[in-house]
Amino acid sequence: MTERASRFFDRNAQWLFPLPAVIAIVILFVGPVLANAYISVHDWYIGGTPKYIGLGNFVRALNDHRFWSGLKNTFYFTLVAVPLELVLGLGIAVLFNRDFRGKGLVRTVILLPMVATPVAIALIWALMFNPSLGVMNYFLESLGLPRSLWVASAQLAIPSLTLVDIWEWTPMVALILLAALQGVPTELYEAAIIDGAGPVQAFRFITLPSIRSAAVIALILRSIDALKTFDIIYVITQGGPGIASETLNVFAFKTGFEFFRAGYAASLLIFLLVAVLGVSILLNMTRRRPA
Amino acid sequence: MSALSTGTPRRAQATPAGDRRRRRLRQILIYLLMAVVLAIMLFPFYWMILTSLRSQVDNTSPVPVWFFKPTLQNYVNVIRQNNFLAYTWHSLVIATLATSVGLVLGLPAAYSIARYKQNGLAFAILMARLTPYITYLVPWYMAFRVLHLIDTYVALTATHLIVGMPLIIWIMISFFEEVPRDLEEAAYVDGASRFGTFTRIVLPLSTPGIVAASILSFIFSWNQFLFSLVLSGPNTKPVPVAVFNFISYGQINFGGLGAAAVLITLPVVILTLAIQRYIVSGLTMGAVKG
Repeated sequence: MTERASRFFDRNAQWLFPLPAVIAIVILFVGPVLANAYISVHDWYIGGTPKYIGLGNFVRALNDHRFWSGLKNTFYFTLVAVPLELVLGLGIAVLFNRDFRGKGLVRTVILLPMVATPVAIALIWALMFNPSLGVMNYFLESLGLPRSLWVASAQLAIPSLTLVDIWEWTPMVALILLAALQGVPTELYEAAIIDGAGPVQAFRFITLPSIRSAAVIALILRSIDALKTFDIIYVITQGGPGIASETLNVFAFKTGFEFFRAGYAASLLIFLLVAVLGVSILLNMTRRRPA
Repeated sequence: MSALSTGTPRRAQATPAGDRRRRRLRQILIYLLMAVVLAIMLFPFYWMILTSLRSQVDNTSPVPVWFFKPTLQNYVNVIRQNNFLAYTWHSLVIATLATSVGLVLGLPAAYSIARYKQNGLAFAILMARLTPYITYLVPWYMAFRVLHLIDTYVALTATHLIVGMPLIIWIMISFFEEVPRDLEEAAYVDGASRFGTFTRIVLPLSTPGIVAASILSFIFSWNQFLFSLVLSGPNTKPVPVAVFNFISYGQINFGGLGAAAVLITLPVVILTLAIQRYIVSGLTMGAVKG
């Protein structure tokens, strides 16, 4: 009997090995996404009875200024944070791409911002941003600059939050690019120097093309996660003041779990999913273009 | 190393002494820049620790107090008054359960993707990583509500699996790809079954990877906020949610918040030291090898 079972397993190993995970994926991921689509075409308060309304929720979203404001904030946050993370990350990668004492220790330090618990990070930044007692204003004053309201100001809430995101995720971009830089053969540089290239030309014609695909991967990963940012925003501002820093993700969360309008929340999440998918497909296309 | 790192000796007209001095200056400048970058990365952690060790009077002084007599009172208060140990226990249980289930489901799947090149499955996992977590949460919350599973370890483990399992699979694919196929073929010739080969040959050879993947999954479950925020209650509330409630309902107790932040972060930092090589690989879904 066990012999037969074992032989059965051997013949079908190819699909028996992944089977438990596939079942889990269907239950955990695919099911909820489909359920979410089903919920989105209903007027459905959590705990209430669903009423089919077709595309009603989507139409409502398009007429809701809070949806447009959320969409704008989502892209504002991403478009400020991600390019700066890429540029700063490249700078840091080039800076640290050399031999020096304490290299291992430095690598560990660089990892800390991205692995530390986001709630703890958000909390400390909230204290640092505090307009009357926070240390950020102390720094501004030390530099001779006027004090700022930081996240308490409608205009500065998103830029301040991107500052936290940049602090948290630039290290990851830097490490991705650093790994790519270390793969560039030094002979290339030596050949370039013999040919009379200066550092700027070497950077432009050797370094940049060699790390291009790593940079695109970093760009895609960061864009996806920046569009979905939740913890930092929800803990520091909860979308405020007013709705000044409310992204689509935070708006959908409040709609679903503070106002219990599951149907409307589900439709907002479909908009967000389409945005994330669209951006990642678009960015992925740049990967195939010849350098 | 490369032309970018050390001064390039391409200008022959400079005197050796001047060249050396210039290179030295450059070197100092580079180290200075490195120090500034690291200082910025570390500052919030430094500030977290300072805040946790200061009295409320020092913490609410209009000018930051840099030197003071450290006190552990904030830690004592957080642990005594806020049920902190219970929340820590909840976090520990959830992270351990989610990681264990994630390994049982994820290891065979990762092996199968590595061996049989099941790119469709790999793609499905990538898509799962792409989808905003709240998309899963709305239906899950409604289902758990009907099933009376809110505030249970079942609900929290299941949802934390959403975070952990893709990580485990992604990290393990590259580890399993590196196990020499010859060893497996030899085992088959000796009459070992596929499953026996997997558990007795492949898994032991991949122990470092399994350790790294488990720790990473544990860290991400420990850090998870969104699912826990909605699905936990008095019986299962993990530390991040407890600390979040601590901000929204209490008056701003700077020292207490600092102490709580240090207490959540500390285990993560210790675990990070253990597996630093694999963290970027895990965070980038294998795009970068450790």
